[in-house]
Amino acid sequence: MEYKVTMKDEYDTIELAQNLESEKFPNMIICLNGELGSGKTLFTKGFAQALGIKDNITSPTFSIIKEYDGELPLYHMDVYRLDGNTSGVNIEEYYNKGGVVIIEWADTIKDILPKERLDIKIKVLDENKRVFIITPYGKQYEELCEAVL
Amino acid sequence: MTILAIESSCDETSMSIIKDGTIDLGTVILSQIDIHKLYGGVVPEIASRSHVESITIVLEEVLNKANMKIEDIDAIAVTYGPGLIGSLLVGLLAAKTLAYIYNKPLIPVHHIAGHIYANNLVKRLEFPLIALIISGGHTELVYMKEDYSFEKIGGTLDDAVGECYDKVARVLNIPYPGGPSIDRLAKQGKNTYKLPLPLNDDSYDFSFSGIKSAVINLNHNELQKGNTIRKEDLACSFQNRVVEILTKKTMKALKEYNVKNLIVAGGVAANSGIRSSLEQECNKNNVKLTVPPILYCTDNAAMIGAAGYYAYQKGIIADINLNAKANCELGDRL
Repeated sequence: MEYKVTMKDEYDTIELAQNLESEKFPNMIICLNGELGSGKTLFTKGFAQALGIKDNITSPTFSIIKEYDGELPLYHMDVYRLDGNTSGVNIEEYYNKGGVVIIEWADTIKDILPKERLDIKIKVLDENKRVFIITPYGKQYEELCEAVL
Repeated sequence: MTILAIESSCDETSMSIIKDGTIDLGTVILSQIDIHKLYGGVVPEIASRSHVESITIVLEEVLNKANMKIEDIDAIAVTYGPGLIGSLLVGLLAAKTLAYIYNKPLIPVHHIAGHIYANNLVKRLEFPLIALIISGGHTELVYMKEDYSFEKIGGTLDDAVGECYDKVARVLNIPYPGGPSIDRLAKQGKNTYKLPLPLNDDSYDFSFSGIKSAVINLNHNELQKGNTIRKEDLACSFQNRVVEILTKKTMKALKEYNVKNLIVAGGVAANSGIRSSLEQECNKNNVKLTVPPILYCTDNAAMIGAAGYYAYQKGIIADINLNAKANCELGDRL
């Protein structure tokens, strides 16, 4: 099953993130893929806001992983710079820490992604419009999509 | 007081011996930039691995350079964060080990405090001052009333300015590191492409994600129309906008805090466009501007040794349980 949702602007992206957040659960994994400027960090900002995180979400490109405290902890990652070389950063450790994990450029570390997760691929249509292709893997994520999308 | 300082927060392994927070008795910097060039950015695993390989060599060399023994040192200063956790840990462990074995005080230094105090190696800081820190991981405006007192008054809401340069360079296929390449291209180009002035508001915050997207969109649109992008002109237009907003907010802070001293720090301080724009405005407004030489702009341990001296004066000392922190704000508790 695959869901396609069109976003007409950035507010739509934030709204989608907030809707997904409303069905959150511990150890939820969201994988984001899409080119530079497609709105991956924007999505994460929307999600974090809904999680009640007061800190501003800044790009994790420099430090790879950033942690925030909200209703659940949020682990925000950008794995682009790893270039698939994940041996030194213990990404898997974060899957079972009870928080929500959002991974930007997740396709570059396919080998170590958990089987059950939510995949979101963002396609850029024009300056503002985006198509989100959302694929749930596992029952929990299928139910989540049915509830929200 | 003589301090041995260690810095390993990103891709440089560096040690330095600093006297009284002002005199550099010897500095060694081992950069991994050539390795990372292959990957278009810093690769944490490679970074921490080469820190491990270089740290003992760097220690030996810095002691040789200063013609000293560890016994001659009064204290050990080390960067505890922010940075790549694996890289930070290497420097921290070395510092803790040395402090423990030789029974020396251990001084924890925030990386940004270090960047600010890089200026102290050139000229003693004068207070109050505003510091503009611009690098690959940071974009911050800090107000300092006196030594080792930091009030962050603004920062980036998304991408750091150096990161934005790297990402724009990636889109335009300009080699890593993006900052120097774009700066070089910008000098050959003209300001012909229209780009937005990012987060042009009354706050002291910055946002560079929007201008990054604007460059990407522009690139897309031109390519779709079958036009080629004039990289020099786009680099020039992009840099102009970035320089404009950085200058505008920095000058506003100086005025509103009624401060006549500005220091610029961090790797992006090497950018010629930013330097000349700030020089011009500071001259006009009778503000004393200090920009450290390029050597002290990028990551180095000398700045950590300088900052460490003033941290020590304020009684900031850590014990053996000091932890590395990937994310931490200036002034946060340890």
